[in-house]
Amino acid sequence: MNDIWAGLTSAFWLIATGDADLIEITMRSLQVSLSALFIASFIALPLGTWLAIRRFRFRRTAIAVLNAMMGLPPVVVGLIVYLLLSRAGPFGVFGLLFTPTAMIIAQVVIITPLIASITHQAMRDLWAEYHDLLISLNTTPMRRILTLITDGRRALLTAALAGFGRAIGEVGAIMIVGGNIDHATRVLTTAIALETGKGDFALALGLGFVLIGLALSVNLIIHALSRTERRGRW
Amino acid sequence: MKSLLTALAIAIGATAVQADTMKMAVTTSFNNSGLSEVLLPAIKQDLDLDVQLLIVGTGQALRLGEAGDVDAILVHSKKAEEAFVAKGYGTHRREIMYNDFVLIGPSSDPAAIAGAKTAKQAFEMIATAKAPFVSRGDDSGTHKKELALWATADLDPKAFGDWYKAVGAGMGASLNTAAGLDAYIMSDRASWLNFANKADLALLFAGDKVLFNQYAYIPVNPENFTHINKEAAAKLETWLVSDRAKELINSYTINGEKLFTFNAEQ
Repeated sequence: MNDIWAGLTSAFWLIATGDADLIEITMRSLQVSLSALFIASFIALPLGTWLAIRRFRFRRTAIAVLNAMMGLPPVVVGLIVYLLLSRAGPFGVFGLLFTPTAMIIAQVVIITPLIASITHQAMRDLWAEYHDLLISLNTTPMRRILTLITDGRRALLTAALAGFGRAIGEVGAIMIVGGNIDHATRVLTTAIALETGKGDFALALGLGFVLIGLALSVNLIIHALSRTERRGRW
Repeated sequence: MKSLLTALAIAIGATAVQADTMKMAVTTSFNNSGLSEVLLPAIKQDLDLDVQLLIVGTGQALRLGEAGDVDAILVHSKKAEEAFVAKGYGTHRREIMYNDFVLIGPSSDPAAIAGAKTAKQAFEMIATAKAPFVSRGDDSGTHKKELALWATADLDPKAFGDWYKAVGAGMGASLNTAAGLDAYIMSDRASWLNFANKADLALLFAGDKVLFNQYAYIPVNPENFTHINKEAAAKLETWLVSDRAKELINSYTINGEKLFTFNAEQ
């Protein structure tokens, strides 16, 4: 219990004094996870919607694979991305290993299936409702996808926030592909792992509380910007 | 929403690369000691060189060097280092400094290793008492050293029972485990002194010459890859064996205890 109290105190002082290192790694955490979220959403939202409205032969298989990929172990993703980006690997010439870009790539792989799967789930129900209308208006497939995305935006926001939550709290993959380099690829989660390794539980926990606070603030800000959860609006 | 997108675009664009940097793989024990926090700013000041440290076990450090993902390595496992150079992955091996390993255990010392005369004897006493022992188990320099010590005592960890726990983690995480289990563990002195969660553990045995731990610097062979920053690696080597480094390394202490001894041939 003492350690938890010490963690809270430590978090308070880190924030109150505006610790430069803390601000740096917090900004990097945000940069990596928001970039990953943006790219992943760009792929996953249309993909999930498309899977909901399109009938094709291997649809069931595709959806099963997608759902299974939600549980991709981050360490395995990290290791594969690491081997691909290593100088000895196929994409070695780009020199991306141990850069924030590598961390973004790994997180995109991890959260895309999650966002796509939740999107598909929500869009399937919405499609059942919109099916007759959109078919009778003789819309193009692209028009249908856009209509569903626009009208189902609140469910999609949930999908994106779930993806963000997984990205910002992830440590296994980014530790491997980022290398936790001070002033280059250190983020909140890898810093927590490092401080735990040093036995400095108070600082580790302090960083943990900062991370929780950060996730909470991002959620609140996105809700405020997109004006959800307000009376009379969607 | 538009401002959010702009912010994101800026965030993605900000992934810029700095100019004069090199990557060096070092062992967890080197970083946990805190010495890197003294040396890196001095290197930055003297050479205007940003050394990015990848803190891994010796096994992984050597793999990073083989794949050309780092420009140099600083590790402590002589045999593995010599094999690394012999296979042409590194140009040469330069000894820089040493520290020593210590045996840590519960302050009640159930195996009574505090009275041991040699490290070999201490290890035999732990095995006889079947007292809980935490091993790194991660193919690091410390782990290899520990295995070598069991071998000198004619003991095989594979034949040990439940009391021998190979955790497969870094020095700090292993010390945390030992603290939680009240177990014996072999650690480098630096990591132990810097470790904050000592719980009921205490330093029980040290000083045997076989416990000395030599660190060596190996630049990665630039012939294997075109992108290796060999100029920076050479500059760093010159600096590491300089009088300036000697003074910084020899004067580094924690709680008044000297940790490293500079022994590079200048």
